[in-house]
Parts: sequence; C-alpha cells; structure tokens
Amino acid sequence: MTTAPERAIDQRDALGEPSDPYPQGQVGRPVLRYGGGDRTSGAQRFVADLRFPGSLQVALVTVPVGCADVLGIDVTAARAVPGVVDVVTAADLPSPMPRFGVSHTDRPVLADGRVNYHGEPVAAVVAETLDAAQAAARAVHVDFRELPGVYTLDDALAPGAHRVQEPSLRPGHALADSNVLEEAHYAWGDVEAEEARTEVVVEETYTFPMVTHFPIEPGGTVAVPTDSGGLDVYSPVQHPYLLQRTLASVLGLPLNQVRVFAPDPGGGFGGKQNPKLEPLLAFLALRTRRTCRLVLSLEETFQSMRRAGCRIAARTGFTADGALTFHSVEADFLIGAYADVAPRVMGKGSYVAAGPYRIPGVRIDARAVMTNTTPSTAFRGFGSPQVSWALESQLDAGARRLGLDGLEIRRRNLVAKGEAFVRGESAATADGEWQQSLDKAAELIGWGTPLPPGRGRGIAVGIKPGATSGLSQSLVRLLADGSAIVYAGTSDMGQGARTLWQQIVADELGAPLEQVSVVSGDTGTVPFDLQTSASRSTVFMGSAVLEACKDVRRRVLDLYAESTGVPPEQLGERPGVLVTPDGELALPEAARVALGSLRGEFIGQGTRRLRGKGKHPLGGDAAFYEFNATAIEVEVDRETGELLLTRHVTVSDVGTELNPLQVVSQDEGAAIMGLGHSQMEQLLLDEHGRIRNLGALDYRIPTFKDVPVELVSAAVENHDGPGPYGSKGISEGALLCTAGALGAAVADAAGVVIRDLPLTPERVWTAIQAACPEEQDAQ
Amino acid sequence: MTSTARVPDHLDADELQTVTLTVNGSERTVAVPTHRTLLDGLREEVGLPGTKSCCAEGECGACTVLLDGRAVNSCLVLCVEAEGHEVTTVEGLSADGLTDLQEEFLNAGAVQCGFCIPGQVVSAEYLLRTNPDPDEVQIREALSGNLCRCAGYQRIVRAVQATAARRSER
Ligand code: FES
Ligand code: FES
Repeated sequence: MTTAPERAIDQRDALGEPSDPYPQGQVGRPVLRYGGGDRTSGAQRFVADLRFPGSLQVALVTVPVGCADVLGIDVTAARAVPGVVDVVTAADLPSPMPRFGVSHTDRPVLADGRVNYHGEPVAAVVAETLDAAQAAARAVHVDFRELPGVYTLDDALAPGAHRVQEPSLRPGHALADSNVLEEAHYAWGDVEAEEARTEVVVEETYTFPMVTHFPIEPGGTVAVPTDSGGLDVYSPVQHPYLLQRTLASVLGLPLNQVRVFAPDPGGGFGGKQNPKLEPLLAFLALRTRRTCRLVLSLEETFQSMRRAGCRIAARTGFTADGALTFHSVEADFLIGAYADVAPRVMGKGSYVAAGPYRIPGVRIDARAVMTNTTPSTAFRGFGSPQVSWALESQLDAGARRLGLDGLEIRRRNLVAKGEAFVRGESAATADGEWQQSLDKAAELIGWGTPLPPGRGRGIAVGIKPGATSGLSQSLVRLLADGSAIVYAGTSDMGQGARTLWQQIVADELGAPLEQVSVVSGDTGTVPFDLQTSASRSTVFMGSAVLEACKDVRRRVLDLYAESTGVPPEQLGERPGVLVTPDGELALPEAARVALGSLRGEFIGQGTRRLRGKGKHPLGGDAAFYEFNATAIEVEVDRETGELLLTRHVTVSDVGTELNPLQVVSQDEGAAIMGLGHSQMEQLLLDEHGRIRNLGALDYRIPTFKDVPVELVSAAVENHDGPGPYGSKGISEGALLCTAGALGAAVADAAGVVIRDLPLTPERVWTAIQAACPEEQDAQ
Repeated sequence: MTSTARVPDHLDADELQTVTLTVNGSERTVAVPTHRTLLDGLREEVGLPGTKSCCAEGECGACTVLLDGRAVNSCLVLCVEAEGHEVTTVEGLSADGLTDLQEEFLNAGAVQCGFCIPGQVVSAEYLLRTNPDPDEVQIREALSGNLCRCAGYQRIVRAVQATAARRSER
C-alpha cells in the first residue's frame, strides 16, 4: 500500500510537463534544502542559541488588563534585587516618546502613560542574570487605573466608545475621532441595476477569528552597542533592512551605524516582519553600554502578533443559471491597538473581496477598526483568507438555492486568463489559466463520484495579490576555482529561499551545486532587499540573483577577451558556458583562463525593481496573483460534531516549480495552517481584554493527528509567471480558501451551514442539533 | 488598582545545587538553582543549544530529549531530577554525522524552518527504537506531542517510514 505522503509526490510527478528549464540543470529538481543538515542535527543557531558572553538579560513588566492609565511605577524594590543593572520606564526614554510603525508612526517604544493592549510593556528590567531580571520584573510596582477598553468590533464601533488612539496622533484626519483607522472602498458596475435582473439574492454575515502565528521559535532580540556609538542588533526578522531603517530613525543614527543580523527565523508566517520590541532593546543597550538580550516566551509572542479578525456582511446576486450579477460587501477588520501593517491587510484583502470571478456589479466597503488588543500584522494570506471565507460561502449558498453544485457554479463564474476580475480604474486581470487548477482539484478529489452516508465534499478557490512594488538587490561572486558565493538579503524562515539561489547560480554559472554558498542575514555585508513577504522572494530576489549571474558572465566574457586577445564580438555566453571561436568552454574554465595567474574573482550585481503606481489603491499592480483551488472530503460525526477529513486536495498555479520538493512542503504546510483557522484556532479574550487561551496548553494548532487521512498537493505549471523561468510565488495559496472548502464539505455532509469560524466540534454539533431537533429527541 | 510585586521569596532558594549527569555519553557536573529545568540546564549550563524551547510547559515537544533512553519533554524535568541519569540530546544522536533518520528527514522535505526538528528527530528516534516498524497511525500517535507550525507532518511521517524501511534492510 502506498501511503498518503507517497501519493502526494506521485501525483505531483504525474502532473504537468517536466519543468526543467535546463534538462541537465538543478533548477526544477527536488534539490535538498540548503543548510538542512544543520537544521536536523541541532547545529543551526537561532537567535536564542547565540552566545554573547557578559550580556545582560531583559525582562518585561506588564499590567494584567488590556487598557489602563499608568498612574505611577515604583521601581525601588526591583532596583534592590541583586544583579539588577537598570529598570527603565517611559520616564527614562526621550520625550516625546519615540514612536515607530510601518503604516502609521504610532507605536511607542514603551507604553507612555497608557496601556493599550494586554502585554504591552510598561517597564523593562535589565540584570546580570535572567533569574534576577525576572524576579525584579515581578518586584516592579505599577499603579494603574483600568479603563473601559474596547475588545470587540461592536465595542469599538459603539457611539461614545473609548478611543484606542489619541486623536492627536492623526491630526486633521477625518476619522481621527473614531476607532476606524482607515477605510477602503472599491466599486464597479451598477449594483442596483444588476439586482434588478437577479434571480437569487443571498445575504449573510460571516466571521473569521483572531488567530496567532504561533511560530515554534518564539523569537527575541539581542542589542550590542558598538565602540563607535552604533548598534549591532540580532533579531530573527523577515525584513532586516526595515528594522535597520526603523532603528536608525528612532535613535537618530545613520544607517551604517545600525547593523542588523537576522538569524534564520524559526518560522515567521508574517509575524516577524515588522519591528516590535527591537527599539526598546536598542535603547536599553545604549543606556547600559552593555549587550542586552531578550528571549521571548511563547506567551509574549502571542501578545506581539496575530491575524486580524474579520466580520463580513455580504449580499450576492445570481441569475437563474448561476451567473454572478452583483456582490456587495461590508468588511470590518478587527485590528489591534497600533496600526502595524493592518491597514494594508484590510486594503489589500478587501481589494480581492469579489474574488477571481466575473461580476458586473461590485461594491466593497472595508474598515480597519482599532481595539485594545495585540496589534494585528501580516499573516500568511494577508487579508485574503478572511474575505475568501465569506465569498466562497456565498457562492455555495447560491449554488444550493439554484440546484447547482460547488464546482459548476465556480466554473460558470471563474474568469479566463486575461479577463478582468477587478474592474474600474484599478483593474486587475487573471494572469493564469486558473480554471486548470479548479479542474485538477475536482479531478483529484473525485468530484461527482458517490460518497458513503455522512460524508460530503466541498471545493473552493482563492486568490491573493502578490507584491505591488519591490526592490531586491543581489551580488554573486564567482571565485577563481569555479565556486561561487551569493549575497541575497531574503530571510530563510523555512521557505527554502537559499536553496533556490543555489540552484539558480549552479545552472547559470556552471558551478557544482555544493560549491555555491549563500550569505544572508547581515545588513552590514549583504545588499538591500526590501522585504521577505508576500511570497515575493522567488520572483524578486530570484530575478536579482539571475541578473547578477548574467552580469558575471558578461564580465567573464570581457576579461577573457582582454586576457586572450580574442575579439569580444567573436565570443558569446549562455548559462554555464562561454562560446569561443574554438568551441564551448565551461564557464568556470573560461573564468580561470580569464583571471590568469593573479587569480581574483568576478563580482556580478543584479537588481529587480518594481515601481509602484501612485494612483493605484494598492500602490501598484500586483506582480502576480497566487491562485489556489482546494477540495475537501469530510466525514461528520453527528453525535460529537467532530470532523474527520478523509481527503484534502490543494492545487496551486505556480508558473514553474523551481524546486518541487520545497513547493510541496510549503503547499502542504499552508494547507494545514488553513485547517488551523478553519477548525480549531481562535484567540479568546476576557472582559479585561486578556487572552484567555494564552499559551500552547489552551490554544490548539494542528498536530500530526489533525492532518487529513490523505493530503494531496498538486501544481499547475504553465511557465507564465514573472519570476525566473516563469515562476510565481507559491507560499500562501493553499490556505486562502481552506475554510470555504471545509465549510461547503460540512454542509454537504451534515446539511448544516455554519458562518462563524472555526468549525469546532461544539459549533458543528450545535448546528446539527438546531437543524434536526429529532436527533436531540432520540438521545 | 495595583499590580503588585510578590517579593521574590525564592531568592534564598537560589542557592546552587551541584548536579552530575551523563550527557551524550560524557559525565557533566553543573551548578544550578533547584528551579532550573533540564532544558535550560542543557542549553545554558552544558552548552548544548540544539534542544529548543518553545512553550516551556510540555505541550510542543521542541525540547524532547532521551532520559535513560525514554523521550521526555526536558522543560518538564528539573535539572536536579536528572542527577545520576543519562541524557541524550539531538547533538548526541548525530555525534558521528547525520543519522539515517536525519537524512530521511531531509530527503522527504520534512525540514522547513527547522526549529521543531531536533525535537521531532529525538521523538522519532525513540519511536523507531521501541517500534521498528510503525504504521502511519502509530507514527502520528507517537509524534502527536511534537508541534510543527511549518506543518511538515506528512513529510515527517514519510521520513520515519523510509528510515524504518532502511533499518529493516540492514
Ligand atoms: S518547550 Fe518543552 S514541550 Fe514545549
Ligand atoms: S519545521 Fe518549522 S516548525 Fe517544524
């Protein structure tokens, strides 16, 4: 018997054309992970594993509520704890309190008289040992008055609600005196006119929970003051260059005085993109003139990152034959106490709230609503899973009313390649043959084949815009012996970016794979990269690395001409090869000849830049769209409400798989993460705004036992992406529409429609009881 | 309202205890306060940071080590409890290079960010030593205490199966 995992690989092998751009090359092959050996042997050093002799340890002081005025902080007892070096409160930091943030400069380095979410530090203790720091943190006496904080959308939007943000932080802004931080509006066609020709209207409200990233590495920061008055900062961030810029501006230092080392994140998923506690650590290190180290607990990580919850009210119209006529959406994103990147999550997520469909009339009104909760930030999918949950569920509701099935209604409405799915000024058109993914998913789940009683199937699709602007720069050094070093600032947090650079350079420069090494995670030596996010790295940094290789080849050609006297116009180059009048030379050999007895090396530079468009609501057109079709077969236990996923199929439109093994890993991982927010995950708050399920004991994520009986990941390859060899980004697709597929499968299996995630056994059971009172009687 | 300092009453209890244990085959003596966990002792005192810390409450498995040959969450064991016992960490498993199991983790694509992997490898090694030919259900059961947020679960199952097959051929 073949096992489920073997089947997944077999399926993949059977699908599509072989993707090798160079038949003998490394690109397109399941090359094993760069640095994988260290990751299995325990030799990989994450931030908490780095040793800094003589460093000080930091512990944070918080208050046990989500919203409070700080009346006073007494640090006397804390300072008396042996080993304590410093206790820092807002009063010890510059005034006005330095603030930072990617979309609004609103987040203080330390709470400044007001605590805006549970877990926001009001003081930090620095001590010779962690025991002393923690003991002293407990000895800090904080006098505070709890305020009537707002913890839900209804709280925050109620008339007279407590204002999370000081209106003075948004001077002159129309929404300054409200908890709505920003709005986004998209509209095209005439919704009212479309409604007139509509046969069926579905009107429902959906909710998507707050969930937390839960990287297995909680993370932390080490700040080391340098002799020249600058700082070296170690933090497992996705955006080292953003952290560098933020620290430089908060501290008033030039960029070259702030060097960020970014050890590989032990999982990021968006949560480790933007600065959080690093500015505090920077101030502590500069004050004490000592290395300061903070390693977060998992609980502190929960309190520093999460996905925006969402409530979506949708009205959707269909003709009698199932064509969508209009879709109107009001989406409220429950963001947190500070903006972080949440307004963009709201704006970018709601941009695709009408999905990849042909809809003549659309109106989308979305709001980012502040609450006294953990600041929400980027999280795999970036707003798309929320809007997809509502839209896909609406499609299935329409299909049920019209007697169509979930596959058929999607086939009838899905746009073809080149067709617009967002219309109007900021239009977007399909950049892939998306129906192929839908058909493939249907085929792999056995759509339409009979099922035993108690089982059901659902199918859904999702899209997510990729990066809308970007800049990645790379250097490639071809050394005299034919080995090569790549400098690329992408953070390798599990997606395997370095492996791809190794594969690309091996093919482009003809170097053996194992003789290509990659340097990353150091702003002091590695050129600029805007960020590691939005599944951009393959497309952006991959192109920069490819360009750098071409630059190396041109330089080899030039110097070969100079060294040998062969006129350059008689020479040519292509991947791995220099073409001379006497025939082809392997590039490393040509390089050796060109370099001659002085040796030396070739240095190539590559840049990939995508300029934004000022007028576009997203800041520019997406470089590509991630498209995914997911189909799920589920068995519902009517007595307990438990779901057994018997088969889960995910098909992503990937352009070209540069490394099929890594694509499968990312795709399966995203699919299971999608099951997390669909089936079990949700942050619960008490009336004081504290997270009730704070920690691994009470907040459940998928385990080995939650993996579907069969999980099949497949890809569609049409080599039509903007990245190297026709690739697209692939890391988020498989969780975009997991919830919609699961919800439809449960409806098919048990006859109940649930509109609030997650689909916990309790919710499913309750819905079954409500729908079939006779079952209750029978018990 | 105030958030008060429970004045740390254990400061005196911070007196160091000497603990002698065998780690990866060599005897090690460390001086630790009684509340120090085996996890922190291994990472900070013995100097073996391959064992990872995540939840620190026995729920994630990142800290898994073998204690007298049995897989335990080292965050739930006190250092002083390990006095006289034998501990094997991920570093000990791979002292002579990658094991067959670790190779199969790589071959299967099971290793993404890698943070959970040392714990997964130790748990899987324990499983294979106690049940050389586990079926898929047994593997999922045995590893269910090891969380992987990159969710390479299906890949890990494959790695364990491939290792079992390799070992049965020997
Ligand atoms: S750190 Fe020990 S089980 Fe999580
Ligand atoms: S590989 Fe990242 S948590 Fe398991």
